[in-house]
Order: sequence, then C-alpha cells, then structure tokens
Amino acid sequence: MKILYFAWIRSRIGLSEETVDLPDGVSKAGELLDWLRGRGPEYADALRDASVVRIAVNEEYASLDAPVAAGDEVALFPPVTGG
Amino acid sequence: MIRIQKEDFDVAAEIASVVGTDRSVGAVTVFIGLVRDINGGESIADMTLEHYPGMTEKMLARIEAEAMSRWPLSASLIIHRYGHLQPGDRIVLVISASAHRQAAFEASEFLVDWLKAKAPFWKRETTPEGARWVAARDNDAAAADRWTGEPRPIVV
Repeated sequence: MKILYFAWIRSRIGLSEETVDLPDGVSKAGELLDWLRGRGPEYADALRDASVVRIAVNEEYASLDAPVAAGDEVALFPPVTGG
Repeated sequence: MIRIQKEDFDVAAEIASVVGTDRSVGAVTVFIGLVRDINGGESIADMTLEHYPGMTEKMLARIEAEAMSRWPLSASLIIHRYGHLQPGDRIVLVISASAHRQAAFEASEFLVDWLKAKAPFWKRETTPEGARWVAARDNDAAAADRWTGEPRPIVV
C-alpha cells in the first residue's frame, strides 16, 4: 500500500510518501490512521486530530469507515485551501 | 477544460479559446483569483501552493462536469496554478460561457466555490513571523454547501 502525505501532515511526519505492507487487522481507513499513529511521535502528532485529517483512497475522498486494501493509494492531508 | 500549471496564463487568450467559433455564446464570465499581500492581519511576502497530482485533475474535471450538467454552458475552463507565487500573481482562472448571463454568472460562482472546498490544493504563506500553512475557512465550506440543493431554474 502506498501512503501519501501533503501540506502540514507531510512536514510533521517528515515524509511525502511511503510504501507499507497492509498491517494485520487493518481493513478500514480509520484503522489505518490508528496504526499509523502508533508508528512514532511524529505520526501521532500529525494525525492526532482526525477532524483536520482528510482521507483519499485511490484519489477519491473517503470516510474513516471506507475500506482499504493492499495495493490502494491512500492520501492523508489537511482541509484544502486552494482557489 | 481544466489545466494545472506552474506558469501564469493569458486571460484574453484563454477567453478566446473558450468561446472559439461558437456564435451562440452571448455571455462570458471570468473569475481571477489573486494572491493578496495581507491575510489574517499579517503581511504576506510570498506563497507556495502544493497539490495532489492526479486527484486534483480528477476533482476539477468532476466539478466542471457537474457545472455543465447544472447550467446550459457552451464551454468552461478552470486553470489553477501551483508552486511559488507572490502578491498580485494570478492563482486561478475560471471562465464560463453560455448563451445568457445568468447561467454564466452562476456556473462561475459554483465552480469557484466547489474547487475551493474540494480540489486538493494547500497554501503555505510567508509572513514576517515565518512560514505558515493557511487554515481552511468555515465560510468556504458554507459557500460550497449552498449549491447542494436543487439548482435554481434558469431565466433566459
């Protein structure tokens, strides 16, 4: 699974993307967030407040309940500020 | 049509390309978003716009298709820039062309409201206190939400 990070989530984690093996017990986006928070203090800090973390699965907005699978591209980013 | 690019754009040339040779077009509305030199009371020296390549194009194409389905548009265009920008620079261009003005005005407002709420761009601006990520504004979400009801009937 490829995970992309953007804006201040990227800068707090210190990575723009990484490839991970889908962890056991993770089948939903919210579970992936929980697993990522356990990877280190920078992840926990960047992803602490789920209300300001937007999730996209394969370039489509997704909820915490959305299914995720190996081979998916999951992106985590703050609320958008374009225009 | 949608384009994501680093470079500036030529507004007159883009209007001409949207209208083309379609002589049924009677109204063209143009929205240009500019970088301001002040935000939240702080002066802005410059700005960097980041985006999510791939998803950005997909979302803008979908937003444009939604506008085309809601209003009788002849054509439309969204150009959004990314990268390094300075106050006064153009960030975004939205053009809507239709037979009559109401559709063109409304479609342009809709396109801007929805792209601000949905297209994956993020602004980082430099102030005298250092660089900061711009926070999303509640009234931008409210502006996007006002289009979720039934479209108003078009008066021609």
